[in-house]
Amino acid sequence: MSGKLGLDPGTVREARELARRAGEPITELARTHTTVSVERAVLRLAGLDGADPDGMPWVNRLADAVAGSAGLEHGVALPVWHALETSGLSSLRQLAEAAAAGVVTLRLPEGDAARRARAAAARAVSRGFATIDGQRAQRSRMIAATADPPKPWIYLIVATGDIYEDIPQAQAAAREGADIIAVIRSTGQSLLDYVPEGATREGYAGTYATRQNFRLMRAALDETSRELGRYVRLTNYASGLCMPEIAALAGLERLDMMLNDCMYGIIFRDINPRRTFIDQRFSRQVHARAGIVINTGEDNYLTTADAVDAAHTVVVSQLLNEYFGREAGLADSQLGLGHAFEINPAVPDSFLLELAHAQLVRELFPDAPLKYMPPTKHMTGNVFAGYLLDAFFNLCGLMTDQSILLVGMMTEGIHTPFLSDRDLALENVRYVRAAAGRLGDSFRPEPDGFVAVRARQVLGEAVGLLRRIGDEGLLRAIADGTFGVTKRPPDGGRGLDGVVVKAPGYWNPAANILDGAQTEPSPEPVEAK
Amino acid sequence: MSSVIRPYGDTTGDGRVQVSFTLPVPFGSETERARAEGAALQLAAKMGLDPAMVVHAKGIGPDFTFFIVYGRVSHLVDLSAVTVTERAFPLLSAQEVNLRIRSALGRKFVVVGACIGTDAHTVGIDAILNVKGHAGEKGLEYYREIRVVNMGAQVSVPDLVDRARAERADAVLVSQVVTQRDAHLSNARGMSAAFRDAYPAGGRPVLVVGGPRFDPSAAAGLGVDAVFGRGTTPGEVASYLAATLCPEPEPAHA
Repeated sequence: MSGKLGLDPGTVREARELARRAGEPITELARTHTTVSVERAVLRLAGLDGADPDGMPWVNRLADAVAGSAGLEHGVALPVWHALETSGLSSLRQLAEAAAAGVVTLRLPEGDAARRARAAAARAVSRGFATIDGQRAQRSRMIAATADPPKPWIYLIVATGDIYEDIPQAQAAAREGADIIAVIRSTGQSLLDYVPEGATREGYAGTYATRQNFRLMRAALDETSRELGRYVRLTNYASGLCMPEIAALAGLERLDMMLNDCMYGIIFRDINPRRTFIDQRFSRQVHARAGIVINTGEDNYLTTADAVDAAHTVVVSQLLNEYFGREAGLADSQLGLGHAFEINPAVPDSFLLELAHAQLVRELFPDAPLKYMPPTKHMTGNVFAGYLLDAFFNLCGLMTDQSILLVGMMTEGIHTPFLSDRDLALENVRYVRAAAGRLGDSFRPEPDGFVAVRARQVLGEAVGLLRRIGDEGLLRAIADGTFGVTKRPPDGGRGLDGVVVKAPGYWNPAANILDGAQTEPSPEPVEAK
Repeated sequence: MSSVIRPYGDTTGDGRVQVSFTLPVPFGSETERARAEGAALQLAAKMGLDPAMVVHAKGIGPDFTFFIVYGRVSHLVDLSAVTVTERAFPLLSAQEVNLRIRSALGRKFVVVGACIGTDAHTVGIDAILNVKGHAGEKGLEYYREIRVVNMGAQVSVPDLVDRARAERADAVLVSQVVTQRDAHLSNARGMSAAFRDAYPAGGRPVLVVGGPRFDPSAAAGLGVDAVFGRGTTPGEVASYLAATLCPEPEPAHA
């Protein structure tokens, strides 16, 4: 879609250029550093699974053992595969147990020993990527065998805390019309510096993201996709302290979308900025390889800041997410940039403002599968008014050709939706789609009318803010409280102790594979299990 | 006004209400539909709706039916028997809390939070402190006039006391989720004792503990100022802090 708002192509180019300028030093930071979670992801890609009797994953135990001996500055791969060879142990699991017990030495090999360790590590990690490539191919086959639903895709959330309750709810939601199922994580999982193991039945307001939970839900949705003749996508959350590992697990278990924002963890969870940006790059490279669509979290800014005053910060964050995403190898079709319908309905012309913002985002990112979030902040408990507001949200989303519509619930903020709330919400979407789905074709804002002028104003403010960020640096801007309302200094927050400067001999077989072929799956995908 | 009232539909005393609910009954064949509506009417009657009218019924999937029912309730409301439990402090919006702090302190209000002892469950303290918040409410970090220092998990009591002094904390929030062998109670008592020892009498920060297993009436026994239990929202904690440390300005006399 092009040009309903009369945006100046020069201004759009400048905005992208400024985002690149703001992002490049961060990319350099990510290239020159590693983190505990990046290193653990290498071990996961090489097939190390499971946890010790206390529930601490073996990848944590082994990576910690390397950190405590050889150090992480050369990466885990060299010491780990060297120890595997010299110890005579037959698996990473045995090595992790031995390392945790302190009965094996982990040190950096040299010469031929290093060459052998590199070859063995590369072989092991390649098998993980072969599985990811196989899952990507399997997704294509599933879509071919069923059908790809038309956009906008309808996105529904389940969150019981118990994966075995989530499954029937997700299947029911798919039958009711959901194209995408998102399983909300347990509150605070983003702050765990490990990924829990196994099928879980207890969570706080959500269900833990674990490999086994991913596998169970994907299998159930495959069954439902075949039943419905329509591919039902599965979404989970990567953002947090374990972005790289969760990205790896998502690729291995064929999740289709992942929440992965470049700044969410920093702003809303007080995770260290450096840690977040380094983890983010690796995780997005893995997503790129797995054919996973990322969902970014700009909607969150509007729940803390005012949706009119802060509209341009959303655009700035989208441009940054786009820069970082493309740099990590994601195609535009994998950039599910987020935004939201959060303007106070008491503001005059609030719907026109929403239209202006939504259309602006559509035109700035024509090939991105934009994710549009329903009102939450101004859902008051008056479920009848909320239902009306959700209808306007649906109308705005359809008029401006948004790609992923998160279905608004009239009970938002009151309780988890009743079965009937979800059914009514879908009825709302169906009605608006049937009644006005093609309204966008006839929607032409006056060139100098309210909507077009407002859109250009927001873009102008975004360029101004990007210029400032470019001058002072993104880390400084975050420290100054530019996004959301919180100030996050570069050395504050959680997880900084897991950040390591790469030494000259740093070697990471997964990063090498990802840097070599970022978007293309390997030529001969291995059949998924 | 009479102290006995009924719901108001469009005429005084008509007792009319509207309810909606879902029953796990199918709504497929004609027989099933009739049975489903009968089931809804039976429930309505037991809820005191007489007469009742099913104005809308719709199958949701193969096993459920959603109903909207209008009817007349036979129940009376006796206003004189209504009891109101008031919380000890008024619930304030974030703006009101900020305003109170500005006018009472003229500087930012400093909160230091932590999980103490071996407890690694930061879910509670993060729900109260992180901007992300909890239950639709933003955490204390969101309040412009509150400066939050979140020390995270497994913080020792001496470290907590030192940090509270260094930051000149107005309030210290401690979260305890693990309750094995009543660790949450002994940790809370140990913490309050340490603050008593480290500060001059009456000079210590306000001490607040929270966690799903605490009894909100147990503050005195633990040596703290307030205890928050399951389901506490950030707004309640902020309102309590504002009410305790930032008294409302005296209304100006005209």
